[in-house]
Parts: sequence; structure tokens; C-alpha cells
Amino acid sequence: MHPAPSVIIFTIFSGLGFGLFFLLGLGFFLADYWLNFVLFFLAYGFSIIGLLSSLFHLGNPQRFLKAFSQWRTSWLSREGVFSTSTLIIMAPFAIGKIFLDKEFVILGIVGSVLAILTIFCTAMIYAQLRTVPRWNSFLTPVLFVLYSLGGGTFLINEGRLAAFILILSSLLQVYAWLNGDQLFKKAVSNVESATGLGNIGKVRLLEGPHTGTNYLLKEMVYIVGRKHRIRLRIIGFILVGLLPGLILLLFNFNLLLLILAFLMHLIGISLIRWLFFAEAEHVVGLYY
Amino acid sequence: MTELPSTTHKKLGLVIDLDTCVGCHACVINCKEWNTSHYGAPLSDIEAYGENPVGTFLNRIHTYEVTPVQGLTQTVHFPKSCLHCEDAPCVTVCPTGASYKRSEDGIVLVNEDDCIGCGLCAWACPYGAREMDAAEGVMKKCTLCVDRIYNENIPEEDREPACVRTCPANARHFGDFSDPDSNVSKLSKERGGIDLMPEQLTKPVNKYLPPRAKAEISTDGEIDVLSPFLEPIASETTGFLSWLDKALDKI
Repeated sequence: MHPAPSVIIFTIFSGLGFGLFFLLGLGFFLADYWLNFVLFFLAYGFSIIGLLSSLFHLGNPQRFLKAFSQWRTSWLSREGVFSTSTLIIMAPFAIGKIFLDKEFVILGIVGSVLAILTIFCTAMIYAQLRTVPRWNSFLTPVLFVLYSLGGGTFLINEGRLAAFILILSSLLQVYAWLNGDQLFKKAVSNVESATGLGNIGKVRLLEGPHTGTNYLLKEMVYIVGRKHRIRLRIIGFILVGLLPGLILLLFNFNLLLLILAFLMHLIGISLIRWLFFAEAEHVVGLYY
Repeated sequence: MTELPSTTHKKLGLVIDLDTCVGCHACVINCKEWNTSHYGAPLSDIEAYGENPVGTFLNRIHTYEVTPVQGLTQTVHFPKSCLHCEDAPCVTVCPTGASYKRSEDGIVLVNEDDCIGCGLCAWACPYGAREMDAAEGVMKKCTLCVDRIYNENIPEEDREPACVRTCPANARHFGDFSDPDSNVSKLSKERGGIDLMPEQLTKPVNKYLPPRAKAEISTDGEIDVLSPFLEPIASETTGFLSWLDKALDKI
């Protein structure tokens, strides 16, 4: 699949923002008043950057309001509904905490549930697709949620918890990669079933439908740049969880190192999300 | 609503005969012509006369080579357009309700005024039947020529999809699969019509007729059985050209 920057930015920042909302709603705060203000600011900032970025992916973004209507069947629509409800519900909670020094516990819990549902729905947009066997796995939502919580616990300075989640998610990521490499073959679809000509014999494309390219090939049969996939996976694995996790465990007192560790995590998750799209094979490629 | 109808009154669709398709691309061109000048946004071409032309098409022809374990390799021309699936995954993923399946005849359509161009329906389709139009930013797909088949302003013989109407080999057939006596149901039954990628659980309505087994041409000696018939009949030549031939030989 084509790794569009707008969608990579959307999944990373919306994941971080809603991960933070989930924890804030449950009452994970920092001791300092201003730091809590910054946390709410970051949660709103990240999630809004993410959601705005997703609009850049659309052909007709001016009609985005219509996307709230099909929550009964569409994960994308559910994502829209849950994300905006989180932003609305968390507003009075944030105002209560920062300006009134009150915690509206019920609002917080509702906001938390909505936030985690948002992350789950984002992941399900991809995990629901039978056409992309690498995504069509329970590991997709598990990893999306874990990365969100890893980034969130990092920002609220739950050092040990963050280290645990980050290291766990990077290990699970390795399993997801190795498992994902087998999924396309296991998914039964092949050029013989795609053309229905398997009863006769082995099938190979003799002539494509056109001499140039088309939307399908550009969007779903992304091949360029997979050359360094193993190296990118190793760098991603180290930066997203292993190194930040170790820094959190060993140097939790050094602010400079912690900032460095968070930047590493951001670079790592960007690499991993790029790979998530670039490595995903769509069954339509079987026709080409 | 992007909920799929539990049943459709009719099941309109196509039978595509892989045995007779000659791969001429006439259906591709007629489809492009009809659908660029009628329903919805035109099917744009980007850089049509440039170095890398790209365009939106609702129907494309692939050509495959099939090699059996024993016997001759076959060339199969393979037209591919929307299969108007009963369990269309492209419909349920749509966040706006732009993508829908009609309960009256089962045609899968896009309401372009509601489409935000997110592309998720194209991701959900295993067959590559949907293409985003680069100029309009909306999803385009086969409409089964919904603006022809019910159109009372055109002659009755033209009230079938453009691809079917134009096919010079008669490889494409249009009809109602819910009626067991319709032309398409009978054809599909007689010739063992197949579903593409049944494992994707989409229940396609369109059926493909597999190519018939090719005749084995036996040459059980080294002589061609037809060659005796091709021997020259006249042993003596006559007339002006015969004279000219001989005269020229003597020079």
C-alpha cells in the first residue's frame, strides 16, 4: 500500500493524543499545575494535528461532516464519531482540572473509554480489510493501542510503566513482522483463484491492461523502497521501544536524555508506520 | 445507508465468456466513452498526451498465459470490471453512505455528491474495480450502465451496458441472475460459470465462463494431414503469363 505521509502523520499523532486523553481521563496527572496544563495542551494538539492531517488525504475534504453518518457499518465513520466525542467530553474535564481544581471523575472515565475506542477504531480501519492479509490480524489493533499507551505513559512520566509497554510493544512488533510475512501466502488468494483459471494450469500475466500505470498500482501495489526493509525494521525496533525503554529504566532522572528518548520513539514509530503501509500487500496485485 | 440490503429484488450482472473474448479492448473504449459523457464526473485522463499518461477506467482487459501440466499453453484475455458483489465490502466500509447497493436490482453505485474521496472502498475491493478520479477526487466504478438499461430515450436494443452492446465477439452478456431462466443464469449453468476469489467471501454476482478445452492437434508422423490437398493441381501452364514466364526464363 502507498505510504501516504498524511495517513502516517494521522495515525501517529492521533494515537499519541488519544493515548494521552485515555490516561488523563483515568486521573493520571503530574504533580505540577502547569505541567498538567501542558499535558492537556499536548493531548488536544496531537489529536487535532492527527485529525487535520487525515483530512489532507481526502479527495473532497469539504464534505467531511458526512463521514459521521455511517457509524453502524463503517470503522472510519466510528473513528470520526468517537474522536470528536472524546475532544468534546474532555473539554469540561480539562477546564475542571486546570481552572477549577476539580476532578469530574465520571466525565474523565467516559472520555477515557471514548479515547481508547478511537484508537481501536483507527486500527480497525486497517485490520478489517481481508484484501490486505498483513493487516487483517488481531495484532494490528493490539499494537496500535500499545503504541498509544506507550507514548502516553511516557509523556505523563510513568517511567517504569512506559518502559514496560514500549519494550513489550517493540517485541510484539517483531512477532507481527515475522507473522505478517507469512499471512499473504496463508490467505489462499493467488493468481489462480483471482483469475479462476487455476483449474487449467499455472497462470502468469502475459500483457497488462495498459502500457503506463493506474490508480490501483500507485495506491495498492507499492513496491519501490522495500529494498532496505530488514534494516529499517531493525532501526525501527531499536528506536521505537528498546532504547527509549532502557533510558526510561536507567536514566529516569536526566531530562535531556528523556527528551532524546521521546524523539527516538517518534522517529521509531514513524519508521514502523511507514513500513506498516509500504510492506502491506493488497490482493489486487495478483492481477498484475 | 451503507448497510447492505438483505435481499435484492433482482440480481443484475454480467456473464463474461473467457472462451470467446479476443482481447480487442472495444468494451474498455465504449465504457470510457459512455461513462465519461453521461452519469457523474467524467473519467479524466491526466497527461493524456504527455510522457506518463494515466486515466480512470471502469473496465480493463488483462491477458494471461495459462500453462497446463500437459498439453498446450493457452492465452486468455480477461476483462475485469465491478462484479456487483452480494456481500460487497466496498459498501460497508464507506463512512459517508456514498457507496451503496440498490435493493431493487443489486447494482453497486457511488453517490458522488456524498463521496469524500477517502479511498477506503478501493482498498476493500479485492478486484480493483474502483478507481479514484484524479481530477474530481471522487470514487468511480462500473454502474452497470444504470443510465442505459432503464433509459426509455434510447432504442430498446441499446438498453444494455455499453461494454455488452459493443462486444464484437459476443463475449459479454447482461441479465438478471435471480431469474433461473434468464440468458445469464442459463449460460452460467451450462458452462460452469465461476466466481473470482471466492475465498474473499464477497459473493460476486458477475460470473466468468472458463475457456473450453483446446483441441489437441495430433501429428502422429511427420506429415501434415492437410498437405496432400495443397499440392499444385495444374501440371502444364497455359496462356500469356505462362509464355511470359518461359520467355523470361530463356533470357
